[in-house]
Amino acid sequence: MCLAVPGKITALDADAATATVNMLGVEQRASTCLIPTAQVGDYVLVHAGFGIQIVSAEEAEETLKLVADLTELVEDELPVADSDPAPASDPEPAAAGAR
Amino acid sequence: MNAPASTAAEEPLAPGTASASVPSPSAAPHAAPDLAAFRDPSRARELIAAINRTVEAAGRPINLMEVCGTHTVSIGRYGFRSVMPDGLKLLSGPGCPVCVTANADIDHAIALARMDGALIATFGDMVRVPGSTSSLAAEKAAGHDVRIVYSPLDALDLAAENPERQVIFMGVGFETTTPAIAACILEAEARDLPNFSVFSAHKMTPPALKAIADDPETRIDGFILPGHVSTITGLAPYRFLTEQYRTPGVVTGFEPVDILASVEWLCRMVARGEARIENAYQRGVSADGNPVARALVEQVFEPVDAAWRGLGTLPQSGLAIRPAFARFDAQARFEVPVEPTREPAGCRCGDVLRGALAPNRCPLFGRACTPEHPVGPCMVSTEGSCAAYFRYREEA
Repeated sequence: MCLAVPGKITALDADAATATVNMLGVEQRASTCLIPTAQVGDYVLVHAGFGIQIVSAEEAEETLKLVADLTELVEDELPVADSDPAPASDPEPAAAGAR
Repeated sequence: MNAPASTAAEEPLAPGTASASVPSPSAAPHAAPDLAAFRDPSRARELIAAINRTVEAAGRPINLMEVCGTHTVSIGRYGFRSVMPDGLKLLSGPGCPVCVTANADIDHAIALARMDGALIATFGDMVRVPGSTSSLAAEKAAGHDVRIVYSPLDALDLAAENPERQVIFMGVGFETTTPAIAACILEAEARDLPNFSVFSAHKMTPPALKAIADDPETRIDGFILPGHVSTITGLAPYRFLTEQYRTPGVVTGFEPVDILASVEWLCRMVARGEARIENAYQRGVSADGNPVARALVEQVFEPVDAAWRGLGTLPQSGLAIRPAFARFDAQARFEVPVEPTREPAGCRCGDVLRGALAPNRCPLFGRACTPEHPVGPCMVSTEGSCAAYFRYREEA
């Protein structure tokens, strides 16, 4: 139910905080009140008639780089099966995801 | 652009240096994200191979749980459970909002539907879910007015078009959905709609994660964290998982590569004894989430204790409409006789929802309980884990 569908804003009525969003060829109205900076041409995630996020291609690319890292470096990096489990490295709470 | 200011993207991501030979993106600000890359079979195969190596290297069983119904459906659709190595289990958690809705709340909505002149609007999934003795679908068949809407905005329009009727939106959902409901209540106030109200059965994700982390029966080593819930919340609400439980979590999207990347990242952290909250869905989630949406929710709703199917009553896990908006609160406005709660005999949705029982291990699964004749909500909702296991013939 938390599905959100990406689409491209093709028209914007800023006063009414409403956009026309093209989602896989189907034009639908969506409220922009949760994404007030949205512009025509932006790709947005739409959930239950509301845009909830502007999607960026660059961010998508970052994830693909991550995927490349995840698939390439396993063997060098991991402890081998017979060794003790890796000691808990210093808990740097959520280092990479931190604000 | 709503460019996420400081996501994990700017930090060193996965271990090691990126030697990625990923094609360079078009840097145009409005470029379409390359979703095909997230469905690329060769990337998926590489990730599955990496998962196999990592789980073997870990040398211990790993239990991961997804807590988003849309992830449950994705994992089922792509058959990932069947290609995971021995020693890695993907469990489904309380991620289907309809499924975790307590019978008492469903019974309350049914009682509202039986009021003279009431028009109940809700999302499609909610209508077929059985309460103690009825369902909204059964009430509709009996002549009461129950409408399925795509957006709560449609319910506002119904109220405007039917001024003589009381239009009640049955609100279920997690953080992804509540901003839309909050916006509708504010819109109803702005339009001065006297005949619109909301029955709020909304819930928040972190208290459910805490209940799962506290459950001695399911030992979860890492959480696949929801994508679009996190679009709103950002990453901060998950920090307690690492700080209090040393359990890692990875936010991810819904394409095959998204799911597999989160599984590999989690296995890798488990194997190394690391616990961090990471974001593998940067195109849809910024570290800070959507503060505009959260402000609307904060304005309209306040946290309350709420009953969850399977998890019991969890403190400060639900959202009630604030007294300032009581005229839009169906609970405050209408006194209705709610029938005594009865749970369906033999139904083990509660155990399924907390990951203690695989759907296909329930004695009713596929026999007394099927999508055509569902006994419990997990078989009714398209996002219920029982329905997903049934549809995709998953084994566990």
